Amino acid sequence: MIPLSYYLILSVLLFCLGVAGFLLKTDVISIFISIELMLNGVNLSFVAFSHFLKQINGNIFVFFVMVVAAAEAAVGLAIIVSVVRNRHTLSIDKISLMRD
Amino acid sequence: MHVPADYYLRILPELVLTATAVLIMLIEGGARLGSRAALSGTVALIGTAAALASVAVQSAHRGEAFSGMFRVDGFSLFFHGLIIAATLIVLLLSIGYLRAQRLQRGEFYALLLFATVGMCLMAGSVELIMVFIGLEISSICSYALCGFWRASARSSEAALKYLLLGSFATAFFLYGIALTYGASGSTNLYVIARSLSDVLAGHGSLILVAAALMFVGLAFKVSAAPFQVWTPDVYEGAPVAVTAFMSAGPKAATFAVFLRIFYVALGRYSHTWFWMIWVAAILSMCLGNLGALRQTNMKRMLAYSSIAHAGYVLVAFAALGEHGISAAMFYLACYVAMNLGAFAVISNLAQQNERFIDLHDYAGLGFRFPLQSVCLTICMLSLIGIPLTGGFLGKLFIFKAAFQNHLVGLAIVGLLNSALAAYYYLRVIAFLYMRPATVEVSQPQRSLSMNVAMVACAVGVLWLGIAPNSLLNFVVHSAGALTGR
Repeated sequence: MIPLSYYLILSVLLFCLGVAGFLLKTDVISIFISIELMLNGVNLSFVAFSHFLKQINGNIFVFFVMVVAAAEAAVGLAIIVSVVRNRHTLSIDKISLMRD
Repeated sequence: MHVPADYYLRILPELVLTATAVLIMLIEGGARLGSRAALSGTVALIGTAAALASVAVQSAHRGEAFSGMFRVDGFSLFFHGLIIAATLIVLLLSIGYLRAQRLQRGEFYALLLFATVGMCLMAGSVELIMVFIGLEISSICSYALCGFWRASARSSEAALKYLLLGSFATAFFLYGIALTYGASGSTNLYVIARSLSDVLAGHGSLILVAAALMFVGLAFKVSAAPFQVWTPDVYEGAPVAVTAFMSAGPKAATFAVFLRIFYVALGRYSHTWFWMIWVAAILSMCLGNLGALRQTNMKRMLAYSSIAHAGYVLVAFAALGEHGISAAMFYLACYVAMNLGAFAVISNLAQQNERFIDLHDYAGLGFRFPLQSVCLTICMLSLIGIPLTGGFLGKLFIFKAAFQNHLVGLAIVGLLNSALAAYYYLRVIAFLYMRPATVEVSQPQRSLSMNVAMVACAVGVLWLGIAPNSLLNFVVHSAGALTGR
């Protein structure tokens, strides 16, 4: 049987890849995908813990997380559309109007 | 499966708010153009007032609901009342504000009410997944509200920034939940507390990582430093009514979750997470106040000031124990009243396309618009912490709690910061009454609901400063209930 730590390490890796993508990418859509990657990293650890604790709860949480992620994507894409209509760009560096 | 009727009574405010929001969406679809915005505003007001009244029903049915996921105790009742009252004020001011901006659309009210449902769920739930869902309901609605003024590039930019950074922080919070679940085998806060008390020492580091991750997520939502960078931009870009909303309810609800998770579930590990709160408190107070000194945009100034006020609440948080919790709760009530009052005046004076939003526009307004100026002055004095206002008593209790728990350094930094903050709040009052007018500010639109909102906040601030005994007793009792278990 594959030990729990393997799953957790993979989950940390996915999460960190997401964080790296969020911080390094300048394209709004890629940043959005990076966030989804982070959430999926978390989902993996939920499922792994659930399996090793012999509970069903963790699996159910994953469904909730997926639903929330979908809702977030729906609102997020709408916001991105409204930004593109106003500014005609997807690059996060060119969007910023407000500065100190 | 049989569900006792008591369970529904325990979540009655949430049910009333949800039903009202759904009704508003139906009205938006069905009613004829023109009449419907006014109608949805009225329906939203009635529904929110009914929800506020149903908190009384809730308080008569204390206890747990839905397999221990939801809990009605003094703590959650306090936050239910505070959040719904804040939404009521925001509704009153946004009815006039939306008319002035020609943004009258019913979705606004529906989103506002759904966000309030999410915040009420946060205040009452004792289950991490429920907390997460409540947090997301309120956050997703706030993202949409931020970008509500679709023609404005600033508004949609604010929405985008809030969305991206907000979901980023949520992912950290969720990872914290996953690790807590792994370490304790449960997501119920009270079960976590029990199972962590007899768990092996090896889980200590896992719990510390989980606490740190949850701290990141929640500190972001209350805009505590070093996770505050989004606050000035989002507060500046969002429509004033939405800024008022974001600065009040979500902050109170997130602090409720913050206190509950850290005191109930991780209470035994307070020596490990205490330092995170301590550092965040100092950073928030200093960065918030230093940032606000340079601002002339009223929204941006209050954004920095809200970072600083999150710092004061964190001081109370760091003063572990009942005194700290009750001081934090009382301060949040004062903060909501004074901040909403200030934003109510700003939204009244802003006028179409938010033309008058700069400090220099306020020069010489003191005697031209007496009602607005007096309300703004009272709120500013309270934000400084002048006696006879709620802000003074709130700060007094916070620093007293800090001294009692030997956090002398933290209390001194806080007091110095309050002195520093007096400069930029007093500057507003000085502009109102002592400067000649430089900009021709036109007469703001007469709106009964906005006047009611302003006066209610000003009266609330004075009430909290002069006769706070009944609220204080309630807060002390409910803080005891939180630590009692």
